[in-house]
Amino acid sequence: MAARLAALAVLALVLGTLGAVAWRAGGLGALQTADLGAARFTVLQALVSATLSALLAVPVARALHRRRFPGRGALISLMGAPFILPAVVAVMGLLAVFGRAGVLNDGLALLGLPRVSIYGAQGVVLAHVFFNLPLATRLLLQGWQAIPVERFRLAASLGFTPSATFSHLEGPMLRATLPGAWLAIFLVCLTSFAVALTLGGGPAATTIELAIYQAFRFDFDLARAASLGLLQVALCIAALAATTRIALPQGFGAGLDRRAVLAPPAGHVLRAQDAVAIALAAAFLIVPMAAVLARGLPAVAVLPAAVWLAAARSLAVALAATALTLALALPLALAAVRQRRFEWAGTLPLVASPLVLGTGLFLMLRPFAAPGTLALPVTVAVNAALALPFALRTLLPATRALEADYARLAASLGLTGLARLRLLILPRLARPLGFAAGLAAALSMGDLGVIALFADPAQATLPLQLYALMGAYRMADAAAAASLLMVLSFGLFWLFDRIGTHADA
Amino acid sequence: MRPFLMLAGLLCATATAFVAQAQDKPVLTVLTYDSFISEWGPGPVIEEVFERDCGCDLRFVGAGDGAALLARLLLEGARTEADVVLGLDTSLTAQAAATGLFAPHGLAPAPDLPVPYDDPLFTPYDWGWFAFVHDTTRLAVPPADFLALGASDVKIVIQDPRSSTPGLGLLLWVKAAYGERAAEVWEGLADNIVTVTPGWSEAYGMFLEGEADMVLSYTTSPAYHVIAEGDVTKEAASFAEGHYLQIEVAGRLVGSDQPALADRFLAFLHSPAVQGTIPETNWMYPATISPAGLPLAFDWLILPVKSLLMSPEEALAARGPALAEWRAALAR
Repeated sequence: MAARLAALAVLALVLGTLGAVAWRAGGLGALQTADLGAARFTVLQALVSATLSALLAVPVARALHRRRFPGRGALISLMGAPFILPAVVAVMGLLAVFGRAGVLNDGLALLGLPRVSIYGAQGVVLAHVFFNLPLATRLLLQGWQAIPVERFRLAASLGFTPSATFSHLEGPMLRATLPGAWLAIFLVCLTSFAVALTLGGGPAATTIELAIYQAFRFDFDLARAASLGLLQVALCIAALAATTRIALPQGFGAGLDRRAVLAPPAGHVLRAQDAVAIALAAAFLIVPMAAVLARGLPAVAVLPAAVWLAAARSLAVALAATALTLALALPLALAAVRQRRFEWAGTLPLVASPLVLGTGLFLMLRPFAAPGTLALPVTVAVNAALALPFALRTLLPATRALEADYARLAASLGLTGLARLRLLILPRLARPLGFAAGLAAALSMGDLGVIALFADPAQATLPLQLYALMGAYRMADAAAAASLLMVLSFGLFWLFDRIGTHADA
Repeated sequence: MRPFLMLAGLLCATATAFVAQAQDKPVLTVLTYDSFISEWGPGPVIEEVFERDCGCDLRFVGAGDGAALLARLLLEGARTEADVVLGLDTSLTAQAAATGLFAPHGLAPAPDLPVPYDDPLFTPYDWGWFAFVHDTTRLAVPPADFLALGASDVKIVIQDPRSSTPGLGLLLWVKAAYGERAAEVWEGLADNIVTVTPGWSEAYGMFLEGEADMVLSYTTSPAYHVIAEGDVTKEAASFAEGHYLQIEVAGRLVGSDQPALADRFLAFLHSPAVQGTIPETNWMYPATISPAGLPLAFDWLILPVKSLLMSPEEALAARGPALAEWRAALAR
């Protein structure tokens, strides 16, 4: 029942807004030849970005799973950070490292080596891997942690080699989790706009989202915008269908939840391999973020009061959106175990074009209220919907395992309703719930653009204020606001993630 | 349980903030772009001075940037709550006029524009020349025109004409200066362009970080650095072809329920109180220079040899084909 309501709400938001735009336009419009080029570039870059992120995440997640070292917990937490950065902040961080005037090129020049350019398709992929490698790593790490420790012990006592462990335990787990992680990233990259444009180097890097932007703003061709929005949804469904066929459920059975620490596999080669994977990933993720902080942090204390107010507003929006996301995600995840369509419904917001979403909502709500008065509620609703797919993706593997391992026991005990939620579901899902809440909160902090039509500068959120500072030439203040945004986003993420981990322990 | 209580409290606080706005005074709603009404734009000062003796409540509604403003207006049509729209430029006014939503303003032409501009529906409040800005410590001698820029290895960052008003301005600049040869000019520029950003802010930020030698902005941009930062290293390059103008205008809507207040506001835009604050908040030239004159730093800015500007109709007709040329030349 709750799941059906949640699914309906999401469908109404994603398809309803698209319908509202098409209805206002009086139908769908023909696509231009340039749009097809944009569609091809969009799909290609998303394929490469998602595949690279997912594959690179395997050695990193495996190394993090089987090694223990000081700072491991902090590093895993930090893994959530790039994903939640607003695009403009992340791009600035990446440019500080990989840009023409970045650290990398300065280093290469010192060594007398030729400079490398970040601008072009390679830059788009680099940025998308920066955003999504950590997400993939976290999703895979959860998969690893979901394999009962007893299975690894059995493998060890049977004298499994690392490759045997891989083919009997890790391989099946990857087969179950990797397609889902890949799909989530593929879909994120599908709607990329600012990153693809800024680092893409020019019109060759036009994405569907930019074409929608052009249709709305340059041509005011709502019919074409609706068609492009529909094209995005169609691509999403095609990708979903493809991954559904590949992903296979894993069947490890339930464990005893022992917190036993596994002995890491011996051998210098494996050790070096894991160390390199962790070090490279950590440097790749941390250095650009450190660059943003280094530039902005010193000026945070002297930021104008308006920025702090905006920060408080953003925090309130993020908390409200998080509550809403979880309220939607949990019933959907539980229902999706039995019926795939709930998973599809919960994934759909991922491909909703923010512009179509905003415009559609505007058209739907405009007759009832002045848009400015709805600024914050709309922000909360849209942020919650956009965070839902990630929350769902985080919860799904754990709910599947939960149902497979405990459903019969719970049924035989007559455990239903609230008691089932309190005694079985919440404790078993604490860790992914915490992670999902963290993602939702941080994503909502950093979100921007969806609500341009509703935005009320008197109630500006922190990302909007960041843009206002940049627009007023105040780049130093903007850098400070970016640092503040990063610290707050990450703080929320870390807090929820910790709550989840502690509740689980 | 406690986090949920806190959350509920926050939600209630937000909700009450929406409700507590009931007032008896007539409300004048001005739809404009975001940066006009940000803390650092002209909006707050204008609101304070106008409300001093209008006996009204002046409410600004932000709608992104200039192009988003037009999209919003087209979307809402006659149902818009706005009485005045402020912030369109001449590359957008033809489309705006065609909606039939605007009423004549009846004001005299503004005196201090570099070209004659007299539109019955729109009154200008500020203007500026597009220009490429550079840092003199990194680029001592900037190229003298688009051809020299194309032939040089100077790196530039520009904005996308499909998503940004300055980006569209550059498109029209090249078209106005070179006409049929515009595609050739863009082909020459292709290898100079580091990247194309969605908006002005990203481009300008990247330039300041050293990602490019020059950035598409305004001739007035260096004044910000002088006045706010005491930094004299930023300069705009004067191009021999002349510089394209951006004239920002305001207009009253036919459907306004406060026509008298709206007209009063449009006239007020030309008062010294508003025009005097434009140079150092919007960083543009005022349409009517206030008696106090321009800030000192403006004396030091380049003055283009020639002002280029297409009529609104020409601009509307030119931008589709010009965009196709631009894409073809750069999409390699």
